[in-house]
Amino acid sequence: MSSPGAHAPAVHRDYGGAKIAMWLFLFTEIILFGGLFILYSAYRSKYPHEFHAAGNELNFVIGVINTLVLLTSSLSMALSISAIQQGKRRQSMLLLAVTVVLGAVFLVNKYFEWMAKFHHGIYPNSPELLQRPPGEVLFFGLYFTMTGLHALHVIAGMIILSIMLALLARERIRQDDYIKLENGGLYWHLVDVIWIFLLPLFYLAA
Amino acid sequence: MNQIAIEEEHGHVVPYSTFVKVWGLLLALTLLLTFVSKVFHEALSVIAMLTITPLKAGLVFYYFMHLKFEGPLLKAMLFVALSTLVVFIGMLFLDISFR
Repeated sequence: MSSPGAHAPAVHRDYGGAKIAMWLFLFTEIILFGGLFILYSAYRSKYPHEFHAAGNELNFVIGVINTLVLLTSSLSMALSISAIQQGKRRQSMLLLAVTVVLGAVFLVNKYFEWMAKFHHGIYPNSPELLQRPPGEVLFFGLYFTMTGLHALHVIAGMIILSIMLALLARERIRQDDYIKLENGGLYWHLVDVIWIFLLPLFYLAA
Repeated sequence: MNQIAIEEEHGHVVPYSTFVKVWGLLLALTLLLTFVSKVFHEALSVIAMLTITPLKAGLVFYYFMHLKFEGPLLKAMLFVALSTLVVFIGMLFLDISFR
C-alpha cells in the first residue's frame, strides 16, 4: 500500500500571505470608519456650535479612562505575541487573558456611559433629543453610531482573542506557528487605533 | 542558521521593554492631549489634536502592529490605503470651502 506520495505532506506556511490578507481586511475597516469620520467632519463644519454644545455633555473623563484601558490592552496583546515567539506559552496565555479582560472593562465603562445618557433621555430618536436643534441630533446620532460600531468591534475582537486563547491552550498556536495570534493582534490594535481617533472627536473637541 | 534566516522563520522578536516604553509614551501623549484640549485656547487644542492623534496612531502601527519590521510591500499598501482616505478627506474640505 505504501507509495512514494503516501507520507504526510510537507507543511506549507505562508506567513507573508496570511499577514497581507489580514492587512487587506484592515484596510476595509479603515475605510469604513474613515467614511464615518468624513461624515462627522462634514456635519461638524456645518453645525460647529451645536457640536460644541453637545460634546460638552459627554463625560470626557470616562473617555480618557477608556483610552488608557485600550492602550494597556494593546500593550498586553503585543507582549503576548512576544512571549509565544520566545516559547513562553503560559505567559502568552496570561497576557492574552489580560487583553480580553481589559476589553470587557472597556465595555463595562461604555455601558455605564450610555446608561447615563439614556437616563437623561438621550438616545436615538428620543423625544428629548428630537426637541433639540438638528446639529445636536446629528452629533448624538454620530456618537451612538460610531461608538456603538466601535463597541461591536471590541466584542468581535474579544471573541477572536478568546478563540486564540483556546488555540494556545491546545498548542495549536506555538512558538513555531503563531500567525493566527499575530493576525488576531493586528485586529485588536486596529480597534485601539480607531478609538484613538474617536476620543478627540467626541470627548475632547468641546 | 544566520540571524536573517532565523527572523524569516520566527519573525522579529521585540523585547518587552520596547513595548512598555511605547505604551508609556502613548499614555503620556493621551494625558497631554487631554490637558491641552481642556486648558488652552481652542486653536491650540485643534493643533494638538491634529498632531498628537496621528502620532499616537503611528506609534501603534509602527511598533505594536510590527510595521517597523515589515517589508516595503506592506508599507506601500498601507500608504496607498491611508492616502486614499486622505484624498477623500481633502475632497470633502474642498467641497465645503467652495460651496
